[in-house]
Amino acid sequence: MVKKGLERIYLGLILLFLYAPIFTLMIFSFNDSKSRAKWGGFTLKWYQSMFNDPIIVKSLYYTLTIALISAVIATVIGTAAAIGIQAMSRKRRETIMNVTYLPVLNADIVTGIAFMLFFIGIGLKLGFSTMLLAHITFNIPYVILSVLPKLRSMNKYTYEAALDLGATSIMAVRKVILPEIAPNIITGFLLAFTLSLDDFVISYFTAGNGVSNLSITIYTMTRRGIKPEINAISTIMFMAILILLLTINKRREKAVRKEKY
Amino acid sequence: MNRRWLAYPYVVWMIAFILVPLFMIFYYGVTKDDGGQIVFTAEFIKKTFEPIYFNAMAKSFLYAGFATLICLVLAYPLALILAGKAGKSSAMLFIFILPMWMNFLLRTYAWLTLLETNNGVVNTLLRLLHLPSINILGTPNAIILGMVYNFLPFMVLPIYNTLVKIDPYILEAAHDLGADSFQRLIRVVFPLSLPGVMSGITMVFMPAVTSFVIPNLLGSGKVNLIGNLIEQQFLMTYNWGFGSAMSLILMIIILLAMGLMKRFDKGNLEGGAGRW
Repeated sequence: MVKKGLERIYLGLILLFLYAPIFTLMIFSFNDSKSRAKWGGFTLKWYQSMFNDPIIVKSLYYTLTIALISAVIATVIGTAAAIGIQAMSRKRRETIMNVTYLPVLNADIVTGIAFMLFFIGIGLKLGFSTMLLAHITFNIPYVILSVLPKLRSMNKYTYEAALDLGATSIMAVRKVILPEIAPNIITGFLLAFTLSLDDFVISYFTAGNGVSNLSITIYTMTRRGIKPEINAISTIMFMAILILLLTINKRREKAVRKEKY
Repeated sequence: MNRRWLAYPYVVWMIAFILVPLFMIFYYGVTKDDGGQIVFTAEFIKKTFEPIYFNAMAKSFLYAGFATLICLVLAYPLALILAGKAGKSSAMLFIFILPMWMNFLLRTYAWLTLLETNNGVVNTLLRLLHLPSINILGTPNAIILGMVYNFLPFMVLPIYNTLVKIDPYILEAAHDLGADSFQRLIRVVFPLSLPGVMSGITMVFMPAVTSFVIPNLLGSGKVNLIGNLIEQQFLMTYNWGFGSAMSLILMIIILLAMGLMKRFDKGNLEGGAGRW
């Protein structure tokens, strides 16, 4: 009984540590006073001024556009890659996977700088397109890592059976493999989308002047002092991420349940 | 016709956008433009070991090390408790992991709001309770706090994942053989969870040691860690060669650490790599 109580207290303290800062921001996003020391009454004006701030709106637009495009392209390339890698010999598969892990494991700052040197080196001007290319690149591994385990656990003879029954390999991939890995493809897509939405370091080094996503804008704002609009952004982003993750989780639980039966 | 060709676009992409860029760091780190001619040089690598830079690097490792240790101490009991409840709901784990999906900058900024000397929420509360206020903003303590806050879930997750996989019969066997619950924890559970601990340590230490946002925001720019130095070489002083050399050394250390970790954590990289 005592142990149970101690456990609860410990969980409570950690939860407080984790959530107090976030909830503080969210509460103060409704504070009429600009000061964070006192409560000046309920207001929605920071949300209003946030949506009227052209820089914030523009970076929101860039964030969403890049997240969407990069997630779509990464999903296509990554899914195709996973199907191809699965069919390769062990040695080649391992070589490719080792390189695939590089951007996942490497420090973001190193990846970001590598991109920056590379883009400048090949004469691309830093901006929307370089940021997009960088996002696609760091997203692909996550799609591959979402899809590959499912491919591994699949019955490989169904594909061969389809070929024996006269399907072309394109047809067999489309009619046999894709339907089975579809849930994992969608999970990979959502993961890529979320990661792109959240990225700061790599974007910071590849965006150049003039283009910025929300993270970069927040960084610039925080360095110039505190603006209550940031609190409003926090609330909206927290809710957005919460909904996204709950969707991913639901999909997962459904998939697990399906496999059980 | 074979399915393998489906991977070829990715292989090309991978070479162009993963391998070539990493090679560029290497290239910039060990060459310089000597009157229109590109020559090999160890100058930048050597410069990294000059006292001011070397000290910054040592400091980064020290702070990140502290943060990792604190994370481990906080996370292990948490993972144990959560693993004990694993059967009931994955929702519990979800609650503890959720904050790490919140935008990294906003999480760090939140502490700025809390810790501010005059107007900060923490000090306002302390004043209400007539307690002395704390001023840690701009000190290493604030940086370490920021690291612990941001990366704690990275420690919880891998440890939790290894703990839930431990076969309950092993625990029963230990019990039958006369181990009390403390002995069981130290001699059975902990050794079995070591792979998770190792990957937790790398997953916290790595981003902590390379972070430049946390020192910039919570250290008020007064404390320079290696991440800050690298950032400055590229975005302020434009000494790309030196910045690349530092990145190169950082990358080598990271890859060595990864190799070391892999020996503890065979075939379990996928669990560690995904942020689940």
